[in-house]
Amino acid sequence: MKKASIEGREYIGINQIDGPLIMVKGIHNVGYNELAEVVDPTGKVRLGMVLETSSGAAVIQVFEGTLGLSIPETRVRFRGEPLTFGVGAEILGRVFNGLGAPIDGGPPPRADAVMDVNGLPINPTAREYPRKFIQTGISAIDGMNTLVRGQKLPIFSGTGLPHNKIVAQITRQAKIVGEETSFAVVFAAMGIKHDVAQYFIRNFEESGVLEKVVLFLNLADDPSVERLVTPRTALTAAEFLSFTMNMHVLVILTDMTNYCESLREISTIREEIPSRKGYPGYLYSDLSIIYERAGMIKGIEGSITQMPILTMPNDDISHPVPDLSGYITEGQIVLERELDQRNIYPPIAGLPSLSRLMKDGIGEGMTRDDHAHVASQLFAAYSRVKDVRALAAVIGEEELTPLDKVYLEFGERFERDFLSQREYEDRSIAETLDIGWKVISMLPKEELHRITEEELNKYYGS
Amino acid sequence: MLEIIGTVEKVVGPVVHARGIMKAKMLDLVEVGENHLIGEIVKLEGDWAAIQVYEDTTGLAPGSDIYSAGMPLSVELGPGLLGTIYDGVQRPLEAIRDTSDQYIRKGIHVTALDREKRWEFKPVMKAGTVLEGGEVIGTVQETRLIECRILAPPGAKGKVDRVADAGPYGVDDVVMRYDDPSGAAVEVKLHHRWPVRQQRPVKGRLPLKIPLITGQRVIDTLFPVAKGGTVVLPGGFGTGKTMTQHALSKWSDADIIVYIGCGERGNEMTDVLISFPELIDPRTGRPIMERTILIANTSNMPVAAREASIYTGITIAEYYRDQGYHVAIMADSTSRWAEALRELSGRMEEMPADEGFPAYLPTRLAEFYERAGMVETLCGSEGSISIVGSVSPPGGDFSEPVTQHTKRFVRCFWALDRQLANARHYPAISWLDSYSEYVDEVSDWWEENSGGEWAEFRQRIMDLLQQEGKLMQVVKLVGPDVLPDTQRIILETCTMFKNAFLQQNSFDQIDMYCTPEKQLKMLRVILDFYILGLENIKKGANIHQIKRMSVTSEIMRMKFTIANDELEKIDEIRDRLHRSMQQVEDMFE
Repeated sequence: MKKASIEGREYIGINQIDGPLIMVKGIHNVGYNELAEVVDPTGKVRLGMVLETSSGAAVIQVFEGTLGLSIPETRVRFRGEPLTFGVGAEILGRVFNGLGAPIDGGPPPRADAVMDVNGLPINPTAREYPRKFIQTGISAIDGMNTLVRGQKLPIFSGTGLPHNKIVAQITRQAKIVGEETSFAVVFAAMGIKHDVAQYFIRNFEESGVLEKVVLFLNLADDPSVERLVTPRTALTAAEFLSFTMNMHVLVILTDMTNYCESLREISTIREEIPSRKGYPGYLYSDLSIIYERAGMIKGIEGSITQMPILTMPNDDISHPVPDLSGYITEGQIVLERELDQRNIYPPIAGLPSLSRLMKDGIGEGMTRDDHAHVASQLFAAYSRVKDVRALAAVIGEEELTPLDKVYLEFGERFERDFLSQREYEDRSIAETLDIGWKVISMLPKEELHRITEEELNKYYGS
Repeated sequence: MLEIIGTVEKVVGPVVHARGIMKAKMLDLVEVGENHLIGEIVKLEGDWAAIQVYEDTTGLAPGSDIYSAGMPLSVELGPGLLGTIYDGVQRPLEAIRDTSDQYIRKGIHVTALDREKRWEFKPVMKAGTVLEGGEVIGTVQETRLIECRILAPPGAKGKVDRVADAGPYGVDDVVMRYDDPSGAAVEVKLHHRWPVRQQRPVKGRLPLKIPLITGQRVIDTLFPVAKGGTVVLPGGFGTGKTMTQHALSKWSDADIIVYIGCGERGNEMTDVLISFPELIDPRTGRPIMERTILIANTSNMPVAAREASIYTGITIAEYYRDQGYHVAIMADSTSRWAEALRELSGRMEEMPADEGFPAYLPTRLAEFYERAGMVETLCGSEGSISIVGSVSPPGGDFSEPVTQHTKRFVRCFWALDRQLANARHYPAISWLDSYSEYVDEVSDWWEENSGGEWAEFRQRIMDLLQQEGKLMQVVKLVGPDVLPDTQRIILETCTMFKNAFLQQNSFDQIDMYCTPEKQLKMLRVILDFYILGLENIKKGANIHQIKRMSVTSEIMRMKFTIANDELEKIDEIRDRLHRSMQQVEDMFE
């Protein structure tokens, strides 16, 4: 059967409905992953995707849910192409649902190109290695877990922790020092609450960037299956803005845990063999297809920097969602409940946080010559603080050696002066490093193994 | 035109079910659908077959044709492999980029070896010789570092009729012709193909005895690996698996490095591509890219090709081993490969064993690691393959199936420790959990090359580390002050050893590579500190007098301050240490 002859053919009646999945038999041979239009008895069209195809039958996942569908009256059409999103300069400042349909009351934006939302793997030889320092104005990030342009750096948070505030602060303050460039923010919400979405929108308004933001909203009460395409649609928009329009795009994906839950839901209904905690075995591959759509391309000006937010169920970093994410992303910013309870903002955990691309984005000419060693020394000293605190909890502070007491005090000052800052405080990298030196200088010189003699002479005690 | 051998019946992600397959063999390569997606037959039942497809199957519909490629999944072996980056099924990524944009699109067919390039061939074999498979026909200078020996394909037998004259040849050109025992003429080209899932034959296995020198102190001194050995490197995310693998590929003294980026990050491969051509090998003075082959099947590339990437890598490694080279394979990460197995197995609805992994996981792991070893090649020379496989255990928990099964088939275990990584102690290889079964095998080499002290020094420092581990349990409960100074000197020595020796900065120009001689001298200084310090304490000195000596900070910094070619400066530090210790001693005489 030729493609042309089957186009527009509509099948009346389906064979099975199971959660968000429907099964149709007696159809022509449809392609894997292709788009289907499912028409409910009232005539409303819902979109779906072919998950499995065999001779004359297909399993379709219906994005808008199967509520109100019936076996005899539902009609199905196949588009013969995967889900696409029409991209163009006009998408800036607009609000879409997870499938890319405008929900701000405006007309669909003019599309310069129609792109497959599934994307394609980037050829590693075409990538430009990210090494341009983004100053977020937050000491814990700039100083110790530096973000660079084109990086994917998630925030591992927990319920009730101020991850939204931190991300909002980053979007307000992030800049490349000494460079004026066109930038955009792509914001993809997956199953988050209405007021959280409102908080971000208000924030974009306040900082006057709303016309540079593209929003994709799938809120908590929207169909959960739609979440599976929301990040893909958003990243398609980001790829157009960065690689075609040469903009520097910051993509915020929140909350990836909800995305994974939807994936698990579908997998369970399809009776797939689960791996850990009921998540499908391909969760890693699936997540990597999302996270790897970040970076820079040789010869193209624009970039995609990803900042996914995910809440760790029960604050457990070894839960499959943060665990598998950490294996794909280039580091992670981990928020710590204990710091938050002590009213330290931002409560960025000193030790488990990491930026893998930091090494190439810092140093002379990028941040400052002493940056790498200061950061390394802060990590080492703070790790000692943790040991000393554990010891003090057992034997009491009085019994500590004099040096350990100095470390204890260093820990306090580090958390109070370096880690803590106000929500609207924008620190330059020089300020951050100077504060770093101030707290490091509390320790005797002999303890600073990770700093060179020259750096000690230049900065110690200053 | 390829022959049609069946049709698609069902598409489930990367697995395609096919009908009407009569002529295919198990593990045959096929092309699926109008885009000619590459796939491999992994199951046959009557006229039904399961095919794993190495490209994205979006848009593939039942009823599409399946074409036979007439051979199993194989790689092209010949000059031009070095310095190239391939995907999991040996498609050259740079050449793909020349035909396309920044993306890897579907249905691209590019040959693995450049057909245009000419190589200066020098014949070695003479006409009239009785030919055996694996013998050297001639040579080609592949890079300035490596001479590629053109081998007769394993299994070839007969009488050499003609060998090509010296001169420029392409990989498709015939360089030798022989008459096989039946009298038929067989032509041998500059390159040949070999199925990836089949081990290349060797004459015999040799005992392991030479260490693979990596320039990384914690490895060479504490947990050495022999050339031809196997290592597993497990660690949670952020503990430095990839960093360690990169350091090993940069500095280890193998002739050839095959780096398999299996289901890992795209940017990491880009990092290798950018940094390796600039890095100079300390032994040869040439860019290390000239001895490196990269297999990059990043996490977002098709999962079936990830499964194949490990085999592609090891087959290429065997090719260079057969030429008499020492090859080291970095497989990062074998967990992603195991997960690819799990995903494909799940899609084929096989019965799962542990955590959804197929029951044949241990068999596959064993098959892979057994392809390592020191061998006598068919051409009579010595060659080896060492494998360093990293494992990414979920949640950093080493009790998971991939770590556990791998441990059964390797003899060296470098456990990456989360606590050390958090304190930015790199390489974060735990000295308490790791082990190496190659210590005895490589002792002789160290004895010949370093004056016979290595094994003794190593044992002493390992003992101290063990004692420190026990003492730290006490310290955690009551603080260090209650310990007698004879025990506190152990804590001090171990702290010194960890900071001044085990920790190694791979970005520092001096520290990134440490010769075995420097390692041994450094270790001797640190052990002297312990021995002399303990003597002094027994004579009445206290720990603070010893800690206060200014020479200790010199010891702490010697890894950064003393280059590999000025080792006499370590002797000077040692002299100063002895003098300072003498001064302390004098106070108690």
